[in-house]
Amino acid sequence: MLGVESAVATRAGVVIGAVLVEALSLYVGYGALERVAGPWLTRKLEGR
Amino acid sequence: MELFGVAVSLLGTFAGFGLLVGLLFGFFGMGGSFLVTPALLVMGYETDVAVASGLAFVFGTSVIATLKHRDLGQVDYKLGVSMIVGTTAGIEVGKIGLHWLQRVGLANVVVNVSYVALLGGIGVFITHRALGDGSGGFGPDEDAEVSDDRELPPIAQKIQSYRIPPMLELRGGVVVSLWMVLFVAFATGLLSGFLGVGGGFIRMPALFYLVGVPVPVAVGTDLFEIVFSGGIGSFLYALDGAVDLTIVVPLLSGSALGARLGAAATSVVEEDDIQVYFGVMLLLGAVAVAIRQIGGVIDVPVLDTVALVVIVGAALLVSGAIVVSSVRELRADERTDAGRAAD
Repeated sequence: MLGVESAVATRAGVVIGAVLVEALSLYVGYGALERVAGPWLTRKLEGR
Repeated sequence: MELFGVAVSLLGTFAGFGLLVGLLFGFFGMGGSFLVTPALLVMGYETDVAVASGLAFVFGTSVIATLKHRDLGQVDYKLGVSMIVGTTAGIEVGKIGLHWLQRVGLANVVVNVSYVALLGGIGVFITHRALGDGSGGFGPDEDAEVSDDRELPPIAQKIQSYRIPPMLELRGGVVVSLWMVLFVAFATGLLSGFLGVGGGFIRMPALFYLVGVPVPVAVGTDLFEIVFSGGIGSFLYALDGAVDLTIVVPLLSGSALGARLGAAATSVVEEDDIQVYFGVMLLLGAVAVAIRQIGGVIDVPVLDTVALVVIVGAALLVSGAIVVSSVRELRADERTDAGRAAD
């Protein structure tokens, strides 16, 4: 019974871990995009 | 055309919806469960899948938004950890009150009426103060250049006047007793547990009206707390296999961008404007929740869709206002800089 509970907890941990990994990857990915395109976009928004 | 067994058009819709929710979440530190769970329910998902996937999405978005607020120096970890302790205790006591109401058969009525009243009440209070003459509001003084010169709301002044050690020194030059922070956190947790909601709409105003931290720090610290509550909550739902990654993954891909933009906008938009948008969002949220509850009582399911249209319309309206306000502030700053350079 403990084995089943452990397997369920592991599966839940993997699902939430996947969400966390995706969130961190997107944070890093969009961060890199912001560094590259951010200054250009800011200038455009400022009307320069 | 399908990707991972899901239509590409549906994935695109989720990503676009995620962008909208992420923008509001990064800007206000609330709104995820308002929007995502009802939308999934209207789309025909089972209740447990809608709630669990909504919670997992809120967890992912709060991680991204918290990291962005941290980059901007808007997360106070001491305050966040103290709030988590007090909120957790409050939620447990709130749940006891809810169970007692369930035993006497009054839970639905009391919780629904309290939820709408609280949402609407906080919305009216914040909007009224922010739109007032500014003398008693929390908005920045036009002449004040540093955060220490902010005009504190009277309740925050009173709470900060109790010097019961240990004292916490928080961002924005705020010094407040740990016991006062725990008390505020307990009270917000009590309401959150009693109403069975995430509580961002209670915690964020409590942090700036009661504890007295600046609005951007209140948003960042609230999001920090949601990382833990959202993570634990979605893990508990995932134990039942209710989290659907085909919903969460595309939503998160859109919200990651929205959360960055929303968080960045808090450092551009005036605090007064943030409060007005927050108040309007809460008021329209109260209307939507009231419509949904009435639909449940009189058994008219179409009112669920009407409620969703109201809340998504409000989200579009408020997020549009945030974007316009941000661009306006950026252009005003640019004109000021150009004027200084010309002098």
